[in-house]
Amino acid sequence: MLGLERKDTLLLIVVAAITLFAPIILNPFPAGSALAQFNAGYPDLMQRFVIFGIFAIGFNILFGLTGYLSFGHAAFLGIGSYSAVWMFKLLSMNVIPAIILSIVMAGLFALVIGFVSLRRSGIYFSILTLAFAQMSYNLAYSVLTPVTNGETGLQLTLSDPRILDGASTGGLPVTSLFGAEMRDTTTLFVGPWSWDFSVGYYFSAALMLVAFYLSVRIFRSPFGMMLRAVKSNQQRMNYTGLNTRPYTLAAFVISGMYAGLAGGLLAAMDPLAGADRMQWTASGEVVLMTILGGAGTLIGPVLGAGFIKYFENIFSKINDGILHQWFAFMPDGLENVMVAVIHPFIGKGWHLTLGIMFMLVVIFLPGGLVEGAQRTGRLFRRRDRNADHVESDAARQRAAAE
Amino acid sequence: MGILEVKGVNKRFGGLQALGDVNLSVKENTVHAIIGPNGAGKSTLLNCLVGKLIPDSGSVMFDGQSVLGRKPHEINQMGISRVFQTPEIFADLSVLENVMIPCFARRDGAFRLHAYETVRREAGIREQAEAMLADVNMADKRHMTAASLSRGDKRRLEMAMCLVQTPKLLLLDEPTAGMARADTNNTIELLKEIKAKRDITMCIIEHDMHVVFSLAERITVLAQGTPLVEETPENIKGHPKVREAYLGEAQV
Repeated sequence: MLGLERKDTLLLIVVAAITLFAPIILNPFPAGSALAQFNAGYPDLMQRFVIFGIFAIGFNILFGLTGYLSFGHAAFLGIGSYSAVWMFKLLSMNVIPAIILSIVMAGLFALVIGFVSLRRSGIYFSILTLAFAQMSYNLAYSVLTPVTNGETGLQLTLSDPRILDGASTGGLPVTSLFGAEMRDTTTLFVGPWSWDFSVGYYFSAALMLVAFYLSVRIFRSPFGMMLRAVKSNQQRMNYTGLNTRPYTLAAFVISGMYAGLAGGLLAAMDPLAGADRMQWTASGEVVLMTILGGAGTLIGPVLGAGFIKYFENIFSKINDGILHQWFAFMPDGLENVMVAVIHPFIGKGWHLTLGIMFMLVVIFLPGGLVEGAQRTGRLFRRRDRNADHVESDAARQRAAAE
Repeated sequence: MGILEVKGVNKRFGGLQALGDVNLSVKENTVHAIIGPNGAGKSTLLNCLVGKLIPDSGSVMFDGQSVLGRKPHEINQMGISRVFQTPEIFADLSVLENVMIPCFARRDGAFRLHAYETVRREAGIREQAEAMLADVNMADKRHMTAASLSRGDKRRLEMAMCLVQTPKLLLLDEPTAGMARADTNNTIELLKEIKAKRDITMCIIEHDMHVVFSLAERITVLAQGTPLVEETPENIKGHPKVREAYLGEAQV
């Protein structure tokens, strides 16, 4: 279907189903229950899941396939956001033109930055991209204040021209897709549960699915094979009559455009853009997402993005008061000890938890969460069958691979 | 006129004259060997032919066109393929993919943004690659990762990757360096087979006399960056100048 192999089609369908039912799946605990703070099914967070999913999918096309580790991809995220907000200010509150401009602008910047950075490989490439991103950050923060509004960040104002929409009356206008407002949310109450279905989430999710589908196509294309060949042996590439430079540049621009799309969507959900979005920590975050989920795998980056955003938003909200509630059943002394032990890992200490998780994954599962899932899957399959079936199973797998 | 004409090539590295006035002519459909003691300039000469080094002076003409100043991928597209001293293959890719990539390079040129096509649908390329693998007796290994092949098979695979492009000239840089006797003999057999099956011009840089004398039709002896003689193998064996320069004083 759609020009994909069976197993890729299946993966696409599963991902589509999960994104479709995410508002329900991510809210497994009844509202008001003690565990409700682990619910991630609110629009703002779900939008972050899919938007950073797009960012990581694009980053994976560059890093996962060619092995070029860019440390400056947040620059394209920021450029996407600024472009989108300018479109909201000047043209229309419709998100479509804003997102198109985000992708185009990020692509143009990626072309220039990639052209220079790709003259080097390995650590020098990483440093060059980092330098470019920090330059962009500092320019956005100070020198380019007329364009970026400096440290305040670029926002909508009542005096914006907005050629197509005309002057708005009353308050600030909101972003929309041909009239459907992005912030529109329908809440469904089923028993003790409440599920939020928001326009913004479904719009971002649809684009994430398109982005994911295109990345599967790239992975399975001759172009994708060439990118893996670049990672494997550039010398052989050159002596086989292939010019590696345009291949890596194309991958860089494509992944920059993905980042631009993510940045544009961030602005479409919340129309403001700040320089912070371009900082090196944001570039580092997408590297973490990709490696945590599994670099070079199809679904890994999305998993990694979801994982990190979940930690950032959920673990950081747990405070000592909540811990005391959990351990209330223990004797007082023990309760205080437990709270003191766990305290550094929650609230503002969520980075510590994430850091430990990251180390565990890199050491024990170099293929990321995807490898973890594969190993678990194999474990269960093995348990189901007798020993003599294992070999025939392996043979069948080999046949299926062919 | 040979398919490859090297005229008056000089190359200096600082104070060292690596190549001094090298003239070489490789005729079509012959196996031409370049031999010489260590440091004779064999590898420098080869690197000048494939675009890795640019000579200080002189000309290198291939098939009527100059190769000087062209990049390695451009020279490959002109029809020169190269086999390395240690096999250079795409270790992380499958054996079949390794052979498909040179097929794509021939069909689509140095770059093509074929990002929305599917490898699986490229039946022509796939058949071409599979036929080549069958030709070098590796059809059963096509789904293995190239890194897991034995050294001999890696060499075989690299040859297949070069041959599938039907090069006008195949350059081999010490194809048997560091091999055990049995592997060396296998490689000789492979090269003889290749030669028997198709019209191909080969230029071999080699250390091992056994290999050279079993394959070459013409031999150029290089010493201290200058060609001493160019002769048939029979005449090289007893040539006094060659004995002196190559076989070493100990044997004289």
